[in-house]
Amino acid sequence: MRPIAPLGRRRGAVTRVEEVGAYRVLHVADARGPLPAAGQFYMLATVRGWGAGEDERPYLPRAFSFLSADAGTLRFMLEDVGPGTHRLAGLQTGEELWLTGPLGEGFRPPHDGRQALLTGGGVGVPPLAAWARQLGDRPLALLGFRDRVHAAGARMLDAAQVRVATDDGSVGHHGLVTELLAAQLARDRHAVVYACGPPPMLEAVRALCSEHDVPAQLALEAGMACGFGACYGCVVPVRDGGYVRICVDGPVLDADRLERVP
Amino acid sequence: MPTASSGCRSARRLGAGAVIEFCGLRLAHPIINGSGTFDAIAARRAFGDALLADFPFSAFVSKTITLQARTGNPPPRLWEAQAGMINSIGLPNRGLDGYLEHDLPQLAQLPVPLVTNVMGSTEDEVARLVEAVDARAEVAAIELNVSCPNVKTGLDIGADPVSLAALVRAVRPLTRKPLIVKLTPNTADVAAVAQAAESEGADAVSLINTLRAMALDRRRGGLWLGGGTGGLSGPAVRSVALAQVAAVARRVAIAVVGMGGVAHGGHANDLISVGARLVAIGTENFRDPCAGTRIASELKSLQIERSPSTTMNESEPRPEVDVNCADS
Repeated sequence: MRPIAPLGRRRGAVTRVEEVGAYRVLHVADARGPLPAAGQFYMLATVRGWGAGEDERPYLPRAFSFLSADAGTLRFMLEDVGPGTHRLAGLQTGEELWLTGPLGEGFRPPHDGRQALLTGGGVGVPPLAAWARQLGDRPLALLGFRDRVHAAGARMLDAAQVRVATDDGSVGHHGLVTELLAAQLARDRHAVVYACGPPPMLEAVRALCSEHDVPAQLALEAGMACGFGACYGCVVPVRDGGYVRICVDGPVLDADRLERVP
Repeated sequence: MPTASSGCRSARRLGAGAVIEFCGLRLAHPIINGSGTFDAIAARRAFGDALLADFPFSAFVSKTITLQARTGNPPPRLWEAQAGMINSIGLPNRGLDGYLEHDLPQLAQLPVPLVTNVMGSTEDEVARLVEAVDARAEVAAIELNVSCPNVKTGLDIGADPVSLAALVRAVRPLTRKPLIVKLTPNTADVAAVAQAAESEGADAVSLINTLRAMALDRRRGGLWLGGGTGGLSGPAVRSVALAQVAAVARRVAIAVVGMGGVAHGGHANDLISVGARLVAIGTENFRDPCAGTRIASELKSLQIERSPSTTMNESEPRPEVDVNCADS
């Protein structure tokens, strides 16, 4: 049974802010919410100063998968890349957030004795980190980053083995994480791939898994206004026709439901 | 700060005695949702049955139903604008049959009256929708979405008083349920369209729908939204909505549902001050799933502070509202 969000948004105070390479990790007190399942997400906005930034934004809350959760505390990892993440990245201890969640459908466990194989990168690390912790058997993880500063994000993941790729070769494999995935799938196809990352990476993961006939679950992202199915903004086209809403039908979708990741 | 900071629990504080009459329906408070801004079925999946126990609105307006199923516009469908958003959703819905079979039984479980919003591109299509919805006891009222091009003229039906009058004339005899006409702001004289609706027997008008808008993809060039243009909503349209609701309320005697950028009780009170009977919440629902409950509570606090209320004349200054009552 998927954890269900308390009705409405609620306040949560920032209890700690960590810098991890290019990322911020916000620790947020949340006494009211249930423990979320890996892959679920929250809509976040600051209580004060949400708006009136660049271009009078942000206005809408932003969706974030949680990085980790335990009794009374949620952790979110983010990178300052736009007006919403800029405001969130500037939060100080003691400031408050609006939280709605946990929302959406998370990852499902491997079946048929297959091994979990985590693949992703950048700000796609949080749901994979949460899933590694929830699985408990410390799976293999393949993570891609832009450079050394961003590759610090790999530290968030508690896996048996983390293989890193960077675009500039400053850490680990010089190239794409999907090259590591291709090599791994050539060695062992008895796996379920769990992936989260930028859309081109997810599309490459989807295509590779399809080619190797390996099941994959993709944690997708799209701009969304609400997070609970109201706005119909966060859709992706599916193979059997029409669209599904990432917020209520995902964010985790079986890769074979998609013709391609848009 | 009179607002509930979390959850929808303040609904109960409104008290059982708070009742407002709207087209023969008795509602617990004047705050409803705008069509297409709250999916009660999806929200129940997200929040569970707590949604039924503390439903944010005093009546629920469905998203637009069309005769045939629609998948909606290709993404991207959203653009965050300055103090608002542009959407180009394209009215995805299961079509009339899908609505009646799948959605209606679930919407009938809501603890408030249900308004079904319908749209068609011909009078015949709208007539078929109205007849089918009229036959269902679960539906308390029908709202016509007339922000749809007339297939003969290419103009939005709701932008043209003559087309609109013809449409309402055609469907009014098909139902005894309250008939609400949702007006588009994308017209030269919204009050003339409202008068046309009234003259043909509409029970109420609701406004404003979104303002036609577009966004450019600065990086790649071209239009950002998959559907081309979209509709602007949120605080950015609030002043436009106030002016249009005021203009319409002065011109018609039927009930007016006001909406447009309402984010707290002060904004709702503004619309009521200029003649709205009910106020609908739209984009604010996306930011705060319990915005309806919160705004109803804020409005009640304001009304208690300011009673007796007076109806405002447009030439008078805008009433002062306590902007501090919003905590979002």
